[in-house]
Formats: sequence, structure tokens, C-alpha cells
Amino acid sequence: MLQTPSRRHAVVSETRHLLFTVTPGAAWIIVFLVLPSIYLMAVAFMTNGPYGLPQLPLSLNSFEQLAGVGFLGWSPGNLYTLLRSLWQTVVATGLVVLVAYPIAYYITTCRARWRPIMLLLVVVPSWTNQVIRTFGWMNLLAPGTPLSNLAEMMGLISPNMGLYPSNFAVTLGLVYNFLPFMVLPLYAAFEKLDTAQVEAAQDLYAKPVRAFWHAVFPQTLPGLLAGVVLVAIPAFGMYVIPELLGGGKAMMLGNLVATQFSGGSNWPLGAAGAILMLIATFIGLFAMRRIGKRLGGGEEVVI
Amino acid sequence: MTDLTNTVNTADRAEVADTASRDRRGASSIRMQGLRKQFGRDAIALAGVDLDIKAGEFFTLLGPSGCGKTTLLRILAGLEEADDGQLTIGGKDVIDMPPHRRSVNTVFQSYALFPHLSVRDNLAFGLRMRGEPAAERNRKVAEVAEFIKLGPLVERRVDQLSGGQKQRIALARALVCEPDVLLLDEPLSALDAGLRGQLQVELQRLQKRLGMTFVFVTHDQDEAMVMSDRIAVLDSGIIQQVGTPREVYEHPANAFVARFMGHDNLFAITASEDNWVDTGLGRLQLDPAEQRDAPDGWLLIRPETLELGGNIPADYNRLEGTVEERLYRGSRIEYRLTVNDHPLTAVAGNLGQRMHDVGDRVTIGLCPEDLVRVAA
Repeated sequence: MLQTPSRRHAVVSETRHLLFTVTPGAAWIIVFLVLPSIYLMAVAFMTNGPYGLPQLPLSLNSFEQLAGVGFLGWSPGNLYTLLRSLWQTVVATGLVVLVAYPIAYYITTCRARWRPIMLLLVVVPSWTNQVIRTFGWMNLLAPGTPLSNLAEMMGLISPNMGLYPSNFAVTLGLVYNFLPFMVLPLYAAFEKLDTAQVEAAQDLYAKPVRAFWHAVFPQTLPGLLAGVVLVAIPAFGMYVIPELLGGGKAMMLGNLVATQFSGGSNWPLGAAGAILMLIATFIGLFAMRRIGKRLGGGEEVVI
Repeated sequence: MTDLTNTVNTADRAEVADTASRDRRGASSIRMQGLRKQFGRDAIALAGVDLDIKAGEFFTLLGPSGCGKTTLLRILAGLEEADDGQLTIGGKDVIDMPPHRRSVNTVFQSYALFPHLSVRDNLAFGLRMRGEPAAERNRKVAEVAEFIKLGPLVERRVDQLSGGQKQRIALARALVCEPDVLLLDEPLSALDAGLRGQLQVELQRLQKRLGMTFVFVTHDQDEAMVMSDRIAVLDSGIIQQVGTPREVYEHPANAFVARFMGHDNLFAITASEDNWVDTGLGRLQLDPAEQRDAPDGWLLIRPETLELGGNIPADYNRLEGTVEERLYRGSRIEYRLTVNDHPLTAVAGNLGQRMHDVGDRVTIGLCPEDLVRVAA
């Protein structure tokens, strides 16, 4: 088909327009995401050099080390770190849900005028640097502080140990840090809650608890799943909080990776750890998607 | 003749209702006394409602939006708490009973189906919550799904269905529980006119067959008249009139009810003596039964009772008017007239007679028996 000059001109300008709009974003993604990822994967399959820098030949050494195989045979250290990361993620996410659910509901019951202010109160702390807030918790939980003394009096910790550093302090730090990421999507879900469904459930002989379970919970599920994704994935890779609140005994996968790139000086091992995190995250997302589908709804939130 | 049929019909219905209430557990009378409800500081939803609804009756709460009819329905369901007053259903005091313990089910205006559940699970919900055994539950659900002609769709999720199908599921979901009273909150308002008319008839038939007490809320007076055994007209949280559709339409208790039932021809009575009244139209003779002492209130002329031109019997009131507008509505013809500068509407059945033209002077005949005095 013969194209008229004006038509050809239109096609050219459209192409150019597309190029101008897409290129910057695409370049950004390629330079800062795709290339580093490829590099990271390549590094993971290299051998560790004398100064911690990767060298050829290619090998699976780093993955063997990650699995715990060293000079002295197998040790469970890294496996413990992985399990600790998973455990902390699950516990912290669960606690965040338990705390955020009533908060989100409570905010929707407030007068319309107060709601933005309440939401602001939830979000404002996260405007401060995470490290500074974590330092705050160190001061609150250190040995000799009122909270630690109280826990000691109740026999929860041994004398002079303090609540920090410990796994408990890490969990607390994670819950505190990620609370807004759960409250906001849950609030959005509560905001558009169809109360007629709740009334229908009551009308159809559902006692309050069952009415909640059958009419309220399914409606908030998309928000809940979105919140779980927003909390669990960053929590799994968290570095700052376990570093500061955990001491040496509460290391998580993020710390393991970070150590290899700094003090530990083993880039291939660090890269292998990062890939493990990535895989675990994808498995988590896939599982969430399945759960969301099974329970109905939520598919639109979970990628 | 019509009168007689109507009486027989009502008596018949009442008898059917009585037998039903004796035979089935699925019919209860409702008694409301002094029900009050206020929202916030000055929004009075119900200002003391006394109402008796008979077992097995199709009872309609009719009124404009904000008149309190939905609040009253929600108090019956237990979804709203009355500030004051008493409520018994089937002779049992239920005022403090939570909704899940009342043998009352509601068809919600928005249907309020559970979107994450299949049609089957929606239908089974009430039975499941009540703890009926699975076998019994499945049998009843299959039965009701067949009944509403949605048998093949029971595995679908409800968000895949049309408005009419959802409406039937909402109805079936409530009916399958076999409640003593079924509450319907404008269940037909979201449907198109054709489907609505069809469902009005179906609902009424269904109610007669089941003998269940239906309390129906609507703002549509035609719908109310077609379906109901009795109607309560509400305004500003007060019951204005309770009666059969015929009583409410032909003898409205006051000007509000008359206007709400669609009457335009209301004329202020300026003076009255014996069975004569003076209105803007002139002096008119009434039936002696309509005689009142005070010259207050309004005179109601139903547009279909006017005789235009032709042979007007001698004992009729005669008026002269001008045709201002003619609206051809197919089965009937509506004339907008002026009499002594007062607008008057007349409706004539379309029997193929000669139509009056705009600008024509016509003689209007009013039968004294068709003139009704209405309180202010």
C-alpha cells in the first residue's frame, strides 16, 4: 500500500514520540536493574579470589559454601540464618497483621474529618531515618531501662541481660518498622467495606464472630494480601534492624549477604545469597497468589 | 360489582392467610408499639410508630425517601435498635434480640450477596449458620435453586450473574431459611420496568402460596397497590394512613397521602354547608356521607371520574372548562383543563371516542359520590 507523505510523517512522529517517552525509563531499568542483576548472577558462579573479588573459572563453589560446606565439612550456620530469616519474617508479618487490623478498622470508624490525621500519625514515624528509629529502640530496650527491668521482674529474661540485643528485639523492630505498610492497604479495604454484606450475614443467623469471618474478612483480604507482600518481602531481606538490634546471634540473610561484600570479602558467596533471597521471594509471591486465588480475590494485588 | 368482587377477594385472602398461619410455622403477626428512632441530634427517623401486621399478610411500607420506612424495616430485622417502643413477632418480644436469633430474613436493596461464594454457597449460607445437617441443606438448596430456575448456575460465582438473576438469588437465599417473616427492602428498584412488572406479580403469587408474612418497602405507589393486601403510608417518621390499596387510593387520609398516591386534583375548601362545599372550582355538591362540620381540608377529584362533554346526568355537578393540553397515552387520554383559572386534570379511557382539542370549551360532569373530602 502506498503511503501518503502526511501519513508517513504521522507514523514517524508517533515512533519518535514513543521513543522519547519509553527510552529514559527503559534505560534506567537496564542500567540499574538488568545489568547489575546479570552481573550479580555471573559473580555468583565465579570463584572467590584472594582479596574477596570474583575470578574465573566458573564454579558452584559459592553455592556449596552457602549450603554450609566448608574446609571442615558441613556446618549448619548459614542454614540457621536462612531459617531465622524465614521465622522472623513469618512471626513479624503475623504480628503486624494482628496489630494493624484493629488499627485500620478503628480509623474507619472515626469521623471523616479525623481519618486523614490518624493515618498521618501512623505514617509520620517512617519519615524519620530507619537507622535513627532503630537506635531509639536500642535505648528503650537496653539493660537497665524500665522495659528491661520490667521484663526481668516478670522473669522473662535473665538478670542484667536486657531485652536488647536479642531475636525478640529484632521481631519488635520489624513489627514497628513495617506497621504502616499494613495499616494503609487494610484501611483502604475497610474504607470500601460493603456493610450490607455484614448485615446480610447477621440476618442469615451468623453470630458476630462468624459474620466477621464470612462477611468482613473476605472483603479485606485483597488489602491484607497486599500488606503481607509489602511487609514480608522487605522484612525477609532486612539488614539494618537485625544488624543493630540483633547483635551477633540474630543475623538474617540480609546481614549474611552484606557481610560477604564488606568484611567477609567473598563476593561470589554474597551474590549466591542474594540469588537465594530472590528465589525465596518469588516462591513467596507465588504462594501468596495461590492463597489469594483459593480464598477468592486478591489476584489483582499480588503480582 | 367491582366493590363486591373486591370484598370477596379480601375476605378470601384473609381466610387463606388464617389457615396458613395455623398450618405452617412460617407465618407470624407483627405488633409495633411506640417505636421511635433518632439519628444524631435532630434527624428523627421514626416518631412513634404503632402498627399491627397480620400473619400471612402482604404488607407494604410506602413513602418518599427519608420517611423512615427503611429504618422501620431494619428495626424489624434487628439491624437497627429502636430508641423506644415495643416490638413483638409472632407474639414473642424481640426488641432486644440480635438479628441472628430472629426468625426473620431480609432481601436487601443492594442484594448483599457474598461475591466470593458460589450461588450454591450463597443459598446455603443461612442454613449453614443455623447448623442444619449437610444432607438437609443440600436438599433444600437444590429445591430452591430449581424453584427460582437457577438450577444450572449453582456452581457459578455470583459476580458472573445478571441483575435479575442476582435479585432471584437474594430472594431465594432468604426464602430457603423458611422465616416467619420475610422483609423486602425495595428489591425491585434496580430492575428495568418490564422485569419489575413481571416480578411484582410473581412475588405476590409466591407470597400467597407460601402464606408467609411479607413486609415490603417501596416508594412506588403503583407497585404498592399491585402487590399489597394492606399499605401503610409513612412521612416524616409518622404513619399517615393504613389501609387496603383501594382505601388508600380512593380515600386518602390527608393531603400528603393523596398527593403521594398520585392525585393532582386537590382543591382547598373555603366554605361548607350541609353537603355543599365551596372551592376554587365553584360550589359543588357532595355525597351526604362526606358531610363534615368544619369547612377545612381539601376536596379530592380523581381524574378518571370526570365526565367530559356528552350526556351528563342531572344530579351531577356541572363545570365549564378549557382544554389546555392533551396527552395521548395510548390506553387513555389525559386532558389538562382550566376551570375558573384553576388547573384540573381529567383522564378518559381510550374507547375510540372523539378527542377534545386544545382550546375547546368542555362541560365537565362530577358525580357527587366520587368527590372525597381529605383532611389537611
